[in-house]
Amino acid sequence: MPQISDEIRPQFPILSQNIGENPLIYLDNAATAQKPKCVIDAISEFYEKDNANAHRGMHPLAERATKVYEAARDSVQGFINAHSRREIVFTRNTTESINLVARTWGEENLKKGDTVLLSLLEHHSDIVPWLQLKERKGANVRWAGVKKDGSLDMDEAEKIIREESVKLMCITCVSNVLGTRTDFESLTKLVHEHGGIALLDAAQLAPHSQIDVQKIGCDFLAFSAHKIYGPLGIGVLYGKEELLKNMPPYLGGGMMIEEVSEDCFTATDPPEKFEAGTQPIAEARGLHATIDFIEEIGWERIQRHESELMDYALRKLSELKFVKILGPNENRLGCIALVTEPVHPHDLTEYCGRKGVCMRAGLHCAQPLHKALGFNASTRMSFGIYNTKEDIDRACNVIKEAYKFFTD
Amino acid sequence: MDLYAENILEHSKNPRNAGDLTDSTVSHDEENIACGDKIHLEIKTDDGVISKVGWSGTGCAISQASMSILSEELIGKSEDEVLAMKKEDVYEMLGVPIGPRRFKCALMSLHCAKNALRKAKGLEKQSWLETVSLSE
Repeated sequence: MPQISDEIRPQFPILSQNIGENPLIYLDNAATAQKPKCVIDAISEFYEKDNANAHRGMHPLAERATKVYEAARDSVQGFINAHSRREIVFTRNTTESINLVARTWGEENLKKGDTVLLSLLEHHSDIVPWLQLKERKGANVRWAGVKKDGSLDMDEAEKIIREESVKLMCITCVSNVLGTRTDFESLTKLVHEHGGIALLDAAQLAPHSQIDVQKIGCDFLAFSAHKIYGPLGIGVLYGKEELLKNMPPYLGGGMMIEEVSEDCFTATDPPEKFEAGTQPIAEARGLHATIDFIEEIGWERIQRHESELMDYALRKLSELKFVKILGPNENRLGCIALVTEPVHPHDLTEYCGRKGVCMRAGLHCAQPLHKALGFNASTRMSFGIYNTKEDIDRACNVIKEAYKFFTD
Repeated sequence: MDLYAENILEHSKNPRNAGDLTDSTVSHDEENIACGDKIHLEIKTDDGVISKVGWSGTGCAISQASMSILSEELIGKSEDEVLAMKKEDVYEMLGVPIGPRRFKCALMSLHCAKNALRKAKGLEKQSWLETVSLSE
């Protein structure tokens, strides 16, 4: 049976190149995914035919640009099954989405001593904004740790929620290092039962799984287009309408206002309230195209393919005796972090890259997690829909070659 | 492979001047938090001239080889000569192309040596920017 990647891979122009004499094997999808031709074309077509500023200008191009931008919002609403299109705010990326909540909802609602619950699996983008609030407002930042195997310590998380009146819980759906999926659904329910709200970092979930915000019941959810085969420079913040309505605006500028006088302004309704200035309209068009692309393939096929790839990679990597895989093998989505002591991850990954196998090395913006696991750095292999079992074979061979090169 | 030339690999596997000194004048630690590279450096000086160097560290082959190669160069140099060294001097010693992603690995050795000697002179620690911006 042909792999889904046989039909998908040719749609990604960048993947057909060589690095030196070797074919490009792109396994750095958790950093950013490559873009299919249909997304690239949609963006070019917007600039070639429809470019103008949305919601401004009384001419046919402005009309088209506005329609393109707002159609993208509708498409995102459907993609994550939001109740209303007004719950979809466009941002630059996941990081900005989280910062937006910290700077608006957080500034307004968190007082000295209020508890914000994070997990040790968080990316720095879901840590630093809350540490900044800790500095500014005196909020109490609490951490749910990880167990020895790297999975989220649910007992600790539940205990903190039950005993410490958590006002806001911010957790990732999938670790960007270990690929471990958290049980964000039950934590969201629990935090609601105890009167708090939940923000979910879905940056690493969105490429690999269907998201239904109504079913999850989360209050905020953030993801980036570029990790789901869409353009760089546009992200999404989902927020429940009631919450968004009552939050102060973020950046001040054009379009986010109802009325401006010489000494005051009134902010308009969400989502425009949070979208000051000219928006990334071409990128919104690209995001719309990437959602169409994913939905045309279908989540069931994507997940079957990726879960086969994950099983295959875990099996192949565990055959290499010098490779230590970090994190639990169950509930993994999208990525695998590994170390090959005594070879430093930078050396291993640099060598592999020069042979065409592109991965990431370092701390992956997750210093607290690496510290907890006791490693200074790791190499991360992350998959997308176009990756094949042959890619994994090639990567394993090159990893073996690299290890030999540095230790022989 | 150009970056991992034979001398780099050889030094990273058999580091020169490894180990602590019993009679050091000054010791200093540097760490690159972003990638976890660490260097602990001990220097003995006599009348302003470096007579012995001992060090230990963990990290990538580039950072460790760079410290090993530099440790040999340091012996016999005056404190002022080392403080005046430029990043190009280190690149030249290494003899491999250092790109923007690896310059910190390559230059941590010099950064550590300069800060050790500054400490010995009672001067304040200098920042990364000062180490990497001094060039020809």
